[in-house]
Amino acid sequence: MSDSAAELTTHEQVHQRRIDKKVNYQVSATDKVITVVIYTMFSIFAFICVYPFYSIIINTISANDISARGDVVFLPKHIHFQNYLDVFKIPGLGNAALVSLGRTVIGTALTVIASAFLGFMFTQEDMWGRKFWYRFTVITMFFSAGIIPWYLTMRSLHLTNNFLAYILPTIVAPFFIILVKTFVESTPKELQQAASIDGAGTMTIFFRVMLPICKPILATVAIFAAVDQWNSFQDTLLLVTDSKLYSLQFILYNYINQASSLSTMVNLQNAGSTAMASLATKQTTTSIRMTVTIIVVAPILLIYPIFQRFFVKGIMIGAVKG
Amino acid sequence: MQTQPYRTRSISIRKFLYILPFMILLGVFAYYPLYGWVYAFYDYMPPIPLSKSPYVGFKWFHSLVENRVKIDQLLQVIKNTFGMSGLNLLFSWLPMIFAIFLTEIKAVRFRKFIQTVTTLPNFISWVLVYSLAFSMFSSEGIVNGLLKQLGIIDSPILFLQSSHHVWLTMWMWTTWKALGWSAILYIAAIMGIDDSLYEAAHVDGATRMQVIRHVVLPSMLPTYFVLLMLQIASFLNNGLEQYFVFQNAFNKDSIQVLDLYVYNLAMGGGSYSVSVAISMLKSAISVVLLFSVNGLSKLLRGESIV
Repeated sequence: MSDSAAELTTHEQVHQRRIDKKVNYQVSATDKVITVVIYTMFSIFAFICVYPFYSIIINTISANDISARGDVVFLPKHIHFQNYLDVFKIPGLGNAALVSLGRTVIGTALTVIASAFLGFMFTQEDMWGRKFWYRFTVITMFFSAGIIPWYLTMRSLHLTNNFLAYILPTIVAPFFIILVKTFVESTPKELQQAASIDGAGTMTIFFRVMLPICKPILATVAIFAAVDQWNSFQDTLLLVTDSKLYSLQFILYNYINQASSLSTMVNLQNAGSTAMASLATKQTTTSIRMTVTIIVVAPILLIYPIFQRFFVKGIMIGAVKG
Repeated sequence: MQTQPYRTRSISIRKFLYILPFMILLGVFAYYPLYGWVYAFYDYMPPIPLSKSPYVGFKWFHSLVENRVKIDQLLQVIKNTFGMSGLNLLFSWLPMIFAIFLTEIKAVRFRKFIQTVTTLPNFISWVLVYSLAFSMFSSEGIVNGLLKQLGIIDSPILFLQSSHHVWLTMWMWTTWKALGWSAILYIAAIMGIDDSLYEAAHVDGATRMQVIRHVVLPSMLPTYFVLLMLQIASFLNNGLEQYFVFQNAFNKDSIQVLDLYVYNLAMGGGSYSVSVAISMLKSAISVVLLFSVNGLSKLLRGESIV
């Protein structure tokens, strides 16, 4: 792990040097104008990228009546967290969170293991039909039967309203396999040879030698796979009608289209249990929808800044063709 | 000496057996759905199973063009597909320009901040994008609220229900989501440029724009070419999610791309067989496109992209 960190710093140093060289132009008046234009344009685009998230967050923690008037623009007003307590009174939301969490944890674990194993096995030159099976795997990135044929065959396999439908199709992921294979090929062959001479079998070499070495690339794969699982919406849309198996993404989509009835329901519950909710914490269509949005996006917002370098690394290795 | 080849062979087979379960999974989830294409040749009406459905040959393929109304509908869908894929293709150079100018920023922290922030939207789902869009642009959304506060408008502007400029707004959302992320490959290409090229350019007294024009841009063209070819190959595959979530009664005519049309036909209208027929044609054309651009790449660069 410390090795990869060191490697990253040197990479970054090289990058910085390259950028310094690239930007080492003759400073003229036009150059200064260009600099100002560049900084302005990027600042505007960055603002457009971030503001939707920011504005929804401050609206969910502001008094709901002020928020509904459109008064919350840059800073939250009359901060409260009642919205976040209230949305969990909506039946099904807690369950959907469990489904999303479950598929993310289980799906990611299996995808990482399978990608690591297959990425490693496809480097084993003495495997029967290695080239054929590698092509058999990679080529699936370039064609698809189509959504409806896929749906019809999934149904014939009884994978509708079945939690396995979230997991099984994602286990073998060609892109991740390419990432791991490229990584394994960059490690010295002597490691495997030495272990083999010591009498280690394929499985021992994989678990004892390769798996520890592959940690950095597997972290990248894990992050990608987890984001994919968390964001997945289409499989629920096509294959699931049982509300017990709804994912958070799917439930959010439903809420956007029917939040008004939900806000009435939450308000009724509140009226029954405690004193009449004040205007500031009374749920509106908008407050419910925004709060659920933040709950669904929160895991991404939290992990993204921490793992950003893994994402970047992943796409760069992926760019070196497998 | 006799046992040695046998032993090697048995190891080789055993290694294959280790990956066999995974190859079966791949067979089931990536190859077996191709079998679903047979539905295009039957008059399939659920819940009657396929085995009891009558074989109708190419009836559904003919039915796509059997009368004016159907032809018009299909043409509209194809027009939408071409319009939206075309817009994306037309602006496919944007990530390259983004990368060039991003690496013109000297201040490390500012550049890192911009890169982090602009790649973020790539990691949220289309449902979330739609939810953000709804919160910002619906009739009770933040933008309308702000405009009303400022007294610019009296009644809310219906951004999302509009049937105008749908292609353009869809392109804008795609760009918002993907621009920063797509630039990363080009940033990598820029980082791969040899220092000596810059030094030579500076010795020759090149200006900032001349360095970009004569050093940076040429070294990014190979990357651009490959990505452009892949984009052309997937011209018909707009995907379903983005158009599905943004779809409503008002913009349906101009938002239905092939993927969404196929979905609506089957899941909305129950016309599975017709929808599979269109899927088949689409996949066939996509494969032809892929082979064409691959051939083109071999011809122009002597290197295949797939």
